[in-house]
Amino acid sequence: MDMKVSKKKLGLKEKYQHMTRGLGWETTYQSMDDVFPFVKYEGIKIHDWDKWEDPFRLTMDAYWKYQAEKERKLYAIIDAYAQNNGHLSVTDARYINAVKLFLNGISPLEYMAHRGFAMTGRQFPGVGPRVACLMQSLDEIRHAQTQIHSISNYNKYYNGFHEYRHMLERVWYLSVPRSFFDDAVTAGPFEFMVAIGFSFEYVLTNLLFVPFVSGAAYNGDMGTMTFGFSAQSDEARHMTLGLEVIKFILEQDPDNLPIVQQWIDKWTWRGYRVLTLVGMMMDYMLPKRIMSWKEAWEVYFEENGGALFKDLARYGIRPPKWLDQIEQDKDHISHQAWATFYNYAAACNFHTWIPTDDEMDWLSQKYPNSFDKYYRPRLEHWREEAKKGNRFYNKTLPMLCQTCQIPMIFTEPGDPTQICYREVDYKDNKYHFCSDGCKEIFEHEPEKYIQSWLPVHQIYQGNCFNEGVDPTAEGFDPLAAVLDYYHLNFGRDNLDFEGSEDQKNFDEWRGMATKNV
Amino acid sequence: MHIDLRTVSIKPQRQTFDHIARRIGPDKAASRYQEGTLDVQATHNFHYRPTWDPEHEIFDASRSAIKMADWYAFKDPRQFYYGAYTLARAKQQETAESNFDFVEGRGLADTLPAELKETVLKLLIPLRHAAWGGNMNGAFITAYGYGTALTQPCLYHSMDQLGIAQYITRVGLLLGDDVEVLDEAKKHWMEDSAWQGLRRYVEDCFVLKDPLEVYVAQMVALDGLLYPLVYETIIDNVLASQGGTPIAMLTQFMTDWYAETKKWVDATVKTAAAESPENKAQLEKWITHWRDRAAAALMPVAQIALGAQADALTSELVGQFNARLAKAGVSL
Ligand SMILES: [Fe+2]
Ligand SMILES: [Fe+2]
Repeated sequence: MDMKVSKKKLGLKEKYQHMTRGLGWETTYQSMDDVFPFVKYEGIKIHDWDKWEDPFRLTMDAYWKYQAEKERKLYAIIDAYAQNNGHLSVTDARYINAVKLFLNGISPLEYMAHRGFAMTGRQFPGVGPRVACLMQSLDEIRHAQTQIHSISNYNKYYNGFHEYRHMLERVWYLSVPRSFFDDAVTAGPFEFMVAIGFSFEYVLTNLLFVPFVSGAAYNGDMGTMTFGFSAQSDEARHMTLGLEVIKFILEQDPDNLPIVQQWIDKWTWRGYRVLTLVGMMMDYMLPKRIMSWKEAWEVYFEENGGALFKDLARYGIRPPKWLDQIEQDKDHISHQAWATFYNYAAACNFHTWIPTDDEMDWLSQKYPNSFDKYYRPRLEHWREEAKKGNRFYNKTLPMLCQTCQIPMIFTEPGDPTQICYREVDYKDNKYHFCSDGCKEIFEHEPEKYIQSWLPVHQIYQGNCFNEGVDPTAEGFDPLAAVLDYYHLNFGRDNLDFEGSEDQKNFDEWRGMATKNV
Repeated sequence: MHIDLRTVSIKPQRQTFDHIARRIGPDKAASRYQEGTLDVQATHNFHYRPTWDPEHEIFDASRSAIKMADWYAFKDPRQFYYGAYTLARAKQQETAESNFDFVEGRGLADTLPAELKETVLKLLIPLRHAAWGGNMNGAFITAYGYGTALTQPCLYHSMDQLGIAQYITRVGLLLGDDVEVLDEAKKHWMEDSAWQGLRRYVEDCFVLKDPLEVYVAQMVALDGLLYPLVYETIIDNVLASQGGTPIAMLTQFMTDWYAETKKWVDATVKTAAAESPENKAQLEKWITHWRDRAAAALMPVAQIALGAQADALTSELVGQFNARLAKAGVSL
């Protein structure tokens, strides 16, 4: 046999196997159980890690080469966008509030994904999944940083961006996305992979990124659009990883099925609740709309997701629970969420507004079953009141759902005039929920969810005032004290868009480009 | 009408994010390293305790015996954020690629003296497993360490170690007659007495719980002796003088990588040691312990290439290691 020839014959797959698989070994000086201590407690049974199919075959040298090329292009565009005052080319300054929502609510999750995948990238005994997870961990710090770097330029000129890290851990609505990710990384490695790798990256990712990236493109925001597209090329790898994880776990042992199914139910629901913010952004915050939340859900979940779950049926997986409720909710949640932010705009780090007449007509057309009947009259009423000088800012604090942490704003399936309340008694306390989904998730792991850092409870317990503040002092203003604790600049970061500093500056700066000053 | 927005000269409201401005001052523009690193990791009001470690928060400084008033006192002198990191490595991999092309294209592997080739296969190829161990350890610190200033470069280190394991694999495939050289090397790693000290060392690191102790064991002690020994001394010096220059070309990535990375390691040790006498004492204890273990584990590995000289050369390297650490503020 000619050795030289056999050497040349190594196929891509085989070569990659030698570059990765062969690196690991069965430890003997320390037991495998001690080296990989978290891999059994969730009850998932893996018999043969070698059965893992590498979803993509990328050696580090190739990774560095491709990714550096992408970074070079991306940062050239970010630099040009900043130098050319690209922010002044967006459709209108209301759009910038969608970018605020993104930096405050989404970018910190990219960072959490980076750390979470480092955890699974350390904990799986299989070499293949470890390498795939670590590459994703590396990609995710890329996403966090390219977003921070792109949006940094907006922060120089507009309010509401400047304390995104501080606010993430404090501001009421930001506990929704944050607790979602805290939930995932505090789970075991397999649940994390099903939660983030599969449910989020595979099933729901299009509902997050398409709206923001297309929204940016439609509204003249080249900066955001570019990092979005650049990240999307990494997402292709992440999606194949997410799908491979599910198939691998299910193929390893039939006992894994019920555990995985429960995770899919839980994480689809948890993710869907977080996406309420995206739905609201699509329907209310983009001056130039791409599609409605309802349409996005139909295309990206009902059609694409439907096909996926059909495909997974051969493993015994059924579609996630509570889809019937989501089906009814899709006419409502974006409107209910925007109404909430309009109410609490004093405690919020982006601006709100009442849609224009044109925009209301668009909403009527997109939501023929719900908008004119339930939501238009309320918006018009608020508009009238504001005109009369009675702009209403809600100063009482809402009850929050113990699981998803969204205020109890959602309505009963089948009755959009009735707020949906569920409750559970657990160890001498009563816990409240927005839905059957959130209630059932709690009941499955009550010891986890009783720990939730609920912003409203924390305010009432006196944990959201700066040091030295005395809530018993004469004339104490709790809202002002909480906003101090948030580092929110009253009158600049919050309240209505109409009359805001952002609005005034944007008009003035654009005017400088179009008029002789 | 096309509007030229470049003509507009507007005054920014602020130079950077507030958490960055609190650190560098309000009137300074922040670098990309700073904006991508400082305070990026969450620190307050975590929602749930990890089910895998209920004693701690998700990110918890008390996982380490090293105490820092500010975990962002750590600075990477290379200022690596993702973009800077990948650009630097892409350049190095280009050099590596042309080196491999050069050696392969001219058939230089076939010109190596048989004995020298044998030595290289015996010495170098099992080290792919040690590098894989380095990848595991870097991943551990990235996952459970505290503060992005520390955890971020540990992920880069972890991926670098994977890259190094893969470069070693390529050297094996290039020099060896077949993929069997990899199996052979793994067998040595698992069974040959020369490698058991090192394998035990690496496996013992896998069960450490303190991220900074892992840092000391891997980045400070093991890297700090292994790279000067194998790449700088044996390959670049001893073997190169015996006609092994092609090997030095194939491992240039490792030599360059170590020269660059040790600056970051020195800065990290220096910062931690300067923080308090307690930190300094802890580091001295750990570094002494892991240095002695690493030196002992590497001795039989050094003998593969150096024979009787191994003892003297290794002691010399330990001396240099001590001098290096003394500069970083740790007296051994
Ligand atoms: Fe991402
Ligand atoms: Fe809920």
